[in-house]
Amino acid sequence: MVLLVGAIAFWAAAGANRGWTKTRVPLKVPDPVTGLEGVQWQHKFVPGVDFLAAALLGAGLLAGVSFLVPTKSR
Amino acid sequence: MKTKLTILAITTMAGMALAAPQTFNFKDPKGINNAGFKLDAPLESINGSASGVSGLVTFDPENPGATKGKIIVATASLIVPNPMQRQHMLSDKWLDATRYPEISFESKEFKNVQTAGETTTADVTGTFTLKGVSKELTVPVKMTYLKDKLGQRVPNQQGDLLVIRSNFTIKRSDFNIMPGQFEDKVSDTIELTLSIAGASAK
Repeated sequence: MVLLVGAIAFWAAAGANRGWTKTRVPLKVPDPVTGLEGVQWQHKFVPGVDFLAAALLGAGLLAGVSFLVPTKSR
Repeated sequence: MKTKLTILAITTMAGMALAAPQTFNFKDPKGINNAGFKLDAPLESINGSASGVSGLVTFDPENPGATKGKIIVATASLIVPNPMQRQHMLSDKWLDATRYPEISFESKEFKNVQTAGETTTADVTGTFTLKGVSKELTVPVKMTYLKDKLGQRVPNQQGDLLVIRSNFTIKRSDFNIMPGQFEDKVSDTIELTLSIAGASAK
């Protein structure tokens, strides 16, 4: 549960990207002489829906494992 | 009389030299030149760009319709935001960047040439080569000749700039890129945008 909530909070804080996870983002660089706009790619991690799906899967697996592990009786 | 003839000859030669076609080099030291591409996909469109642009174009300001040249894009310089998509894109199943390291367009003929001031528009027919497949394409091109502007862009260099812009579409199936496959996930149509500037130093 903590994993899932943490992943959703991280995803939302990083911009709630509803596309795929990105590790690079384009930055437009204008050139005043030619009027062209260049593109520089900056390394930045932006989690997407695949990140949420992986977190959901991980949380589900952990929850499943927790049911299999016997609890200590007092 | 002899002096007058000499002056006339020098003036004529200088005039010919000024009107001569110039060669513009599109390897951009500022890294602004780029070729963009866009493909539709269900979750979000795939937007990327390539910075590895090079090539030579011969341009005559007095006769823009006679322009000739070849622009090359290094396949390995193609970038998309998702690392797995980039890995797939450059793999042997898609672009096969190792075997086909260059994407190119070589002009053959300019038609519908219209010049207004320093800007020329034309429909350019040429050979587009992608993944080893060459096809003849006609694409709209806008060229802007910027006389004596190189110094403003690259310090300590004098010369002219030629800016070329073009937007056109191709079909990946025409270039043997997974033809007929995964069209529900990645569209067959690819939108291409070329925004480049070449320099002719004096």
